[in-house]
Amino acid sequence: MTATPTPTPTPEPAGTAPSEAPEKDRTDERLVHRSLLSRLMGRPELGAVVGAVAVFVFFSFAAESFLRASSLSTVLYASSTIGIMAVPVALLMIGGEFDLSTGVMVTSSSLISSMFSYQMTANVWVGVGVSLLLTLGIGFFNGYLLVRTKLPSFIITLGTFLMLTGLNLGLTKLISGTVSTKGIGDMEGFASAQALFASELSVGSVQIQVTVVWWLALVAVATWILLRTRAGNWIFAVGGGQDTARAVGVPVARTKICLYLGVALGAWISGQHLLFNYDVVQSGEGVGNELIYIAAAVIGGCLLTGGYGSAVGAAVGALIFGMTSKGIVYAQWEPDWFKFFLGAMLLIATLLNAYIRKRAEANR
Amino acid sequence: MSRLERFRGKRAGARAGRAAVAGLLAAAIPLAGCSSTGGKRAEEERNAAVGGEAAVGTPRWKIAMVSHSGEGDTFWDIVQSGAEDAARKDNIEFLYSHDDEAGRQAQLVQSAVDKKVDGLIVSLAKPDAMKGVLKKAAKAGIPVVTVNSGQDESRKFGALAHIGQDEVLAGEAVGRELNDRGRKKAVCVLHEQGNVGHEERCRGIRETFDGKVRNLHVDGTNMPSVESSLEAELQSDGGIDSVVTLGAPFAPTAVKAAEGAGSKAEIDTFDLNDQVVTGLKDGSLGFAVDQQPYLQGYEAVDLLWLHRYNADMLGGGKPVLTGPQILTKKDAPTLQKYTKRGTR
Repeated sequence: MTATPTPTPTPEPAGTAPSEAPEKDRTDERLVHRSLLSRLMGRPELGAVVGAVAVFVFFSFAAESFLRASSLSTVLYASSTIGIMAVPVALLMIGGEFDLSTGVMVTSSSLISSMFSYQMTANVWVGVGVSLLLTLGIGFFNGYLLVRTKLPSFIITLGTFLMLTGLNLGLTKLISGTVSTKGIGDMEGFASAQALFASELSVGSVQIQVTVVWWLALVAVATWILLRTRAGNWIFAVGGGQDTARAVGVPVARTKICLYLGVALGAWISGQHLLFNYDVVQSGEGVGNELIYIAAAVIGGCLLTGGYGSAVGAAVGALIFGMTSKGIVYAQWEPDWFKFFLGAMLLIATLLNAYIRKRAEANR
Repeated sequence: MSRLERFRGKRAGARAGRAAVAGLLAAAIPLAGCSSTGGKRAEEERNAAVGGEAAVGTPRWKIAMVSHSGEGDTFWDIVQSGAEDAARKDNIEFLYSHDDEAGRQAQLVQSAVDKKVDGLIVSLAKPDAMKGVLKKAAKAGIPVVTVNSGQDESRKFGALAHIGQDEVLAGEAVGRELNDRGRKKAVCVLHEQGNVGHEERCRGIRETFDGKVRNLHVDGTNMPSVESSLEAELQSDGGIDSVVTLGAPFAPTAVKAAEGAGSKAEIDTFDLNDQVVTGLKDGSLGFAVDQQPYLQGYEAVDLLWLHRYNADMLGGGKPVLTGPQILTKKDAPTLQKYTKRGTR
């Protein structure tokens, strides 16, 4: 069958089956002009933005040092290290799948890069390239296994998560002799790679970490893909319902594999940051971060069931997470209760988000 | 899309994929010039091969060590290499297992008892969970040595000896050192929530330090988060003039955080690794408190061997202390050789 591209101004999910027998006297609902305000109200990230503003205002009052430029730069850095992964993870979740291996995949990526360069005594850029290929390989493995076996992504990536955790430790120990890698700071290419992945940029008197730039760039690219390309429609479609999507000609398998490759790309960027920021990588790192990435995406408006969400929302979710976790430190609250405060604040921000979205949908 | 089109699409996709891979390789090849600095080659030039074989004629006894280490813990890695070196010399078959969850650690001890090992080395981070299973070991006549943590319970549970560092004493040593350095306000960075030993270290510091101490909990498995949290702490209180990390990998991160926050705070740390020694040497770190993990592993195995061979005992019913040892800039050159090979 042939799927004729529908000339819709707004990118609606292609998964909605084309309605037969058009009624002449009723205008197509997709062509109804909606005001800017009502369109804004319908965006998935709206609730998250309001939540972020609320958290920001709260800590502005609760912590006197929170509003300083240098503090905000720290918060942005913390958010960006989550956000670089939260954005591709959000795309994947819109596509209806999970990835539990993301946290350790970041560590794997930096371990590969570091150990390859060290063991081969190669220019570190070679290690960075090898790491990109292998990390994409892990992403492909996840995606390929998913479309081939039709098992839930939860199980497949849980398997990859455990295997990678073991491989990170086992291979590092086997190759380096210890559980952390050897320093590569004195090797050729380190300085230029560090400039790309872990440098600081001066904006006025404030130092901004380069990860913030990576983060914003990823948000821009992901938003463009989601809203302006056919691939974006495919992502919404496979998340909305993959059988319907397949029926209208969406390449479901290819879309899903590409989403996993996207996650791997994010893991590679984060991994290289980890390596070039700290020079030495601890093989046990990263466990547990996968949930933070998923949480950021969900706080930002992604549905756990797929088919709904946005890249901007995930970025705002990461910002909420970053502001909350650092804001508590700025506020100098009792440190023993840190995790409790963090959980409670996130819950409140998300509840606010859900409430606003409901109101917005009711007003449509 | 017709089937033919779809097929073509697939082919085109595959071609594009191959082209991308080829492109990446092409980009990598001109770079493939080797690094003339650092790396494996430099290490090989530094190190002469270290080998070893059994130096005793006793039969091949079996000793198991079960620790509360998490995955990929640098500290326990050194304990393990000390134990392995002693095992090689003493002609011992050495079995190592670990789990950071107390219940599962007890199960691992149980399976070592089931294997009827000739000696057992256990760390008691959460002593209550290990009580029952150590009783079983005693019943089976297996001698037990506790290492690293659990010095108060060691004797009660019927262990031969305890080899480790008194965490409160170590903290107190840090507090005194901070006083000597004229410090006024310190942050104690805890990277593992609920670890009793860590709490004791911070408490020890509080007891002897004349200034103020604040605890800061960070997520030890997420380095960027450790850095930003510490940066936030330093920005929120400009009066902080020293940071004490409880694990070696966090010290260099603390240095970065202090730089980021524009803070002049001195960074000090518990435990050692190669980066810490480098930091001591270049002055970015003030001092390190070492408890000699290699010695803990080595002595535990060797003591069990001595006990079996000669009914020997160490410590006279008191814990055998491997620390604290305060290390500063002047110790760094000697230590560097040992941290590089992973034994300090």
